[in-house]
Amino acid sequence: MTATSTVTGTPDKPPIAEPPKRRGGILSKIAQPYKQSHGIQRFMLVTGTLVSLLFIFMAIFAPLIAPFSFDTYQSDGVRFPTQGEPSDLNPWGTTVQGFDVMSRTIYGARTALEVVVLAVAFSLAIGVPLGLISGYVGGWVDRILVLIMDALFAFPYLLLAIVAAFLLTNTIDSGIVVTAIAITVVYVPQYFRVVRASTLSAREATYIEAARAMGARPRTIIGKYLFGNVIQSVPVIATLNAADAILTLAGLGFLGLGIQPDEAAEWGYDLQRAISDAGAGIWWTALFPGLGIVLAVTALTLVGEGLNDVLNPTLRRRRVKKPVISSSAVGPASAPEVESEVG
Amino acid sequence: MSAPVATKNLIEVRDLQVHFGLNTSFKSRLTGRGGASVKAVDGVSFDLAEGEVLGLVGESGSGKTTLGRALLGLVRPTAGSVKLRGEELVGQPERALRPKRRHLQMVFQDPHASLNPGMTLQTALAHPLQIHKLTSGNAETEAKVRETLELVGLYPTERFATSYPSDLSGGQKQRAAIARAIITGPDLVVADEPVSMLDMSVRAKILDLMIDLKHRIGLTYVYVTHDLASAKFFCDRVAIMYLGRIVEIGTVDEIFENPKHPYTQALIRAIPEPNPDKALPRDLPRGEIPDAARPPLGCAFHPRCPKAFDICGWESRDMRAILEQRWVEGGEDLYNAERPLVGDLEKLDEAGHDAFVPAGSGKDPGALLAMLEKIREEEPDEPLWKGVNAMNAEAHGVRIAFEPGIDPPLYDTDSSRAACLLYKPE
Repeated sequence: MTATSTVTGTPDKPPIAEPPKRRGGILSKIAQPYKQSHGIQRFMLVTGTLVSLLFIFMAIFAPLIAPFSFDTYQSDGVRFPTQGEPSDLNPWGTTVQGFDVMSRTIYGARTALEVVVLAVAFSLAIGVPLGLISGYVGGWVDRILVLIMDALFAFPYLLLAIVAAFLLTNTIDSGIVVTAIAITVVYVPQYFRVVRASTLSAREATYIEAARAMGARPRTIIGKYLFGNVIQSVPVIATLNAADAILTLAGLGFLGLGIQPDEAAEWGYDLQRAISDAGAGIWWTALFPGLGIVLAVTALTLVGEGLNDVLNPTLRRRRVKKPVISSSAVGPASAPEVESEVG
Repeated sequence: MSAPVATKNLIEVRDLQVHFGLNTSFKSRLTGRGGASVKAVDGVSFDLAEGEVLGLVGESGSGKTTLGRALLGLVRPTAGSVKLRGEELVGQPERALRPKRRHLQMVFQDPHASLNPGMTLQTALAHPLQIHKLTSGNAETEAKVRETLELVGLYPTERFATSYPSDLSGGQKQRAAIARAIITGPDLVVADEPVSMLDMSVRAKILDLMIDLKHRIGLTYVYVTHDLASAKFFCDRVAIMYLGRIVEIGTVDEIFENPKHPYTQALIRAIPEPNPDKALPRDLPRGEIPDAARPPLGCAFHPRCPKAFDICGWESRDMRAILEQRWVEGGEDLYNAERPLVGDLEKLDEAGHDAFVPAGSGKDPGALLAMLEKIREEEPDEPLWKGVNAMNAEAHGVRIAFEPGIDPPLYDTDSSRAACLLYKPE
């Protein structure tokens, strides 16, 4: 890609120099939607991203932030009170089992992050390749895969997750992995559908036929020509699904499936334990895990919807930038700044 | 696979057929088999000598693009044979075809869609080299890419190598597509309307480039186009296609100076004349190109042909077309007078040389026969009537016996070869 020294010096080197900046690297690609968004979109994107980052920060540094571990029930040999009110020792109070609510809420973020990252990774790893293959190969493979995915779609998502979690609990030890797989089962069809649909339309593009004409193997065509042009629709659903996955995780935890209480702190499980507290005026056991769920889901949804507004060409409104006329002589190379289009 | 035999012909095509199944019924939809088929290419034969430029010219739907793709195996032919230097290509699995693809390349119609939007030209052009392992090492690949970019006129190469298709103009994209096609050193390039989507000002430059490349690296072209004028400029030989067949094939001079087939004659008359004073009368073929799923019997061009005569293959559907045409042109009174005499016209849709025109309900078949005879007398020039052997009133309608037609093969004429019964040897 770089100009090498073999290039003989051209006397009148045209004023080209700068390669297209918009494809600078992965960082600029990530920054692109933020730059392009404006108004309420930008507000949604930025707020969502900031809150999400806060949760990620909390999750990663949970041991440093939280006063105790999620399963600590005593300090200096003194047991915490059960259902104790917020105090200096336990700023957000304690649960019915005598755990520190603050610590459990912060550790809950860590559980959520682990599960969501695993679930999204699994879903991508399964859904995207299947969608690509199904869309590109077509025929019987396509029909069978679509049938399976549609069958999965037909189930209520929580029911499906419960069944998957129930079946896997005894085969896999880690509750985190079990829950992640249960959530994966729910979300694979979505990735599959989106990727298959865009593959179907991209497959008919002339450059795919050109790739065939040059003798590329199907694997190469899928990898080098389809993947890059199809994957653009995935970040939006990945973010939206991540938000949804937190809800499913909480739902499973609330029902006592998936993650066992001694394994990790889980917001849904904490909520379930706090049900009877609410009637007795003990607000702190339910409020903080509940807030955790609401805030995390809202943040991820804001990011997803914001991304969708920016990246989805059917929702995106064209904006005309005011031309900036600089007083200095403008060379022919410095083209007027044009809003670059995505997709 | 037969051993390669040395021939002077680069490509030999024999009876090539490409039929596409139409999944009309539920069963054929389910199984992917059976049902009607569209004969996109229906028995095409020609030879292509090394260094020659053959133009495939025809209307939309004539099968010219499909033929071009079938030559490369991008569309799988259903029958026939394509030989590249004596080596059979039809019926080979994709796996076996892939190594041969470096000898057979294609330039597509739409330059905006034929380049991967996510690849720089360097990557896009290097890919064919990597696929066929034609270079060793990145430095050599890059040098080859630069050389090819220079060859197609995209210089300074260091600028274009790093640009994306979206940075280029239409003409530049088409140059890049040509560069990608020639980088593997192919023998045959199928150019599918390579200039039809470009600005007028760029067309001649691209065609010049292609001619230039032909001389410099010894290419053979199949030039697919609907534009006879550019074919005249670019080709050595021209094949006129109609409904999946070649109806006339000959050198450019033969085709343009002395066209034999009525269809070719009509096409050449349709070329716009720059001087409005010299414009010729345009008796263009009537009607539209027929449905390729149900082609006309006999010569496929006969329903539109001004020179058709008795053995061209007249049939029941032509009768319907004549009646409808008459009523459309004749006005409401004529329609009200004649339409009630005729029953369901759909009955005429079954192709056959033995047509049964049903009488309207409660109408006398004799009156229908009289009406048909009247039409025949009013329009004696209508070629359809030349093909009518007998018309007889029957119980519920009129039976018309047509002269069984002949499906013309390519006949030798004094210049080109034409698939027209006018040139049928006695």
